[in-house]
Amino acid sequence: MNGIHDMGGMQDMGPIEVREDERPFHAEWEARAWGLIRATGPFGPTRRRNFRYEHEILPPAQYLQMRYYERFIKLLVDRLIAAKLLTQAELDSGRADPASPRLTPRVTPANIAEQLRQRRSLRREDVKIRPQFKVGQLVRARNINPVGHTRLPRYMRGHRGTIVADHGIFGFQDTDAEGYALPDRPQHVYTVGFTARELWGEAANARDTVHAELWEDYLERT
Amino acid sequence: MANAPDKPVGRRRFLSKAAAGTAGLVATPRIGSSEPKKLLAGEQDQGHQNPPSDVALRVKALESILVEKGMVDPATIDAVIETYESKIGPRNGARVVARAWLDPAYRKRLLADGTAAIAELGYGGSQGEHMVVVENTPAIHNLVVCTLCSCYPWPVLGLPPTWYKSAPYRSRAVIDPRGVLREFGVTLADDVQVRVWDSTAEIRYLVLPERPPGTEGMTEDALAALVTRNAMVGVAKVAGRGGAAA
Repeated sequence: MNGIHDMGGMQDMGPIEVREDERPFHAEWEARAWGLIRATGPFGPTRRRNFRYEHEILPPAQYLQMRYYERFIKLLVDRLIAAKLLTQAELDSGRADPASPRLTPRVTPANIAEQLRQRRSLRREDVKIRPQFKVGQLVRARNINPVGHTRLPRYMRGHRGTIVADHGIFGFQDTDAEGYALPDRPQHVYTVGFTARELWGEAANARDTVHAELWEDYLERT
Repeated sequence: MANAPDKPVGRRRFLSKAAAGTAGLVATPRIGSSEPKKLLAGEQDQGHQNPPSDVALRVKALESILVEKGMVDPATIDAVIETYESKIGPRNGARVVARAWLDPAYRKRLLADGTAAIAELGYGGSQGEHMVVVENTPAIHNLVVCTLCSCYPWPVLGLPPTWYKSAPYRSRAVIDPRGVLREFGVTLADDVQVRVWDSTAEIRYLVLPERPPGTEGMTEDALAALVTRNAMVGVAKVAGRGGAAA
């Protein structure tokens, strides 16, 4: 989706604000929020919308305005409400409904370390697919505008780049218009290098490059 | 720009004045400004308000409800916070860099297979499944960004700093990396190539900075202490003991 999250190349976002004391959390609530997100669940239905898509469909003003951990907490609340595990009345009162079922935490002090270390690789060793492109080949990023979640930034679409590396086969992460996973489409993921001039025109430094990893479906021969 | 308040304000300063959670104005950008805004340690910009901000109260309410329902154990939350505050952070990445500076064979393995070489030092897991290490040289400077999200190599750098997640960095790093670097105090000669890495898929990047001069004979611990998080994202160089940058 061509949303506010896809901000590569925008120029009007202001100066970069750098704190002198960059700690992981700048307030107690940020730490508790992150802890809650990692320590809750998994509860509720297993067929879920893509988490990044849920961020991406926030109204642009809200997306820009919300603090990072605030956004995560909002989406956790939305999911729990959608799964009927939480109600607005409970949030308003700050107390669990006495009639709501009592569950047992799935993530515990005993298994949290293992959970945080767990690798969640999308690489697919189970399938063998011949790559369509090879290192050194000139390709073009397709001019496509999917309405669901996609990992092809707008600023690369239609531009020519060179295959720099083939990372093997990964599950495709694009979704349908509602944010649900598409039918399984494992495919090669490549690092593609674009010259800054190809992306931004003649004013860019002639030496500079921008690289991204792109799924095969995003690329075409040129 | 529509809805512009009279006086330009930094986005976060604006946020601290706005009621959390209410739809409101988006801060006015300061177009063309080249100075990064420095926030001082005690500056109230992230919900330090007293009385507690609305979002802090909402998080607190949510935690107590979920604990009551048996969906979360507060001790697990404590353990998560402890992990990200003291175990998973940029000191891990600094160790990797220092080892690569001292051990040419390790450096070679690191550049050939980042994930495996980083795992040799015991680091790996969530958001570090597929690591690529890119090396700065006198002729090449690497810069890492995630324009679509805030993807970041947690096992070696911890949780991303606020600026990395911010719209100004995410938007401009790809179109004006040299301007972004100048905001961080790094000015590169025109004949140095800037390579920007936009973490669009599942690969996460670590920059191997140049070893600063005057560090010959230093131990791995001493070298690791010189390596900053910003240098491993590519927005800074590593300064030697006397402050001389490579």
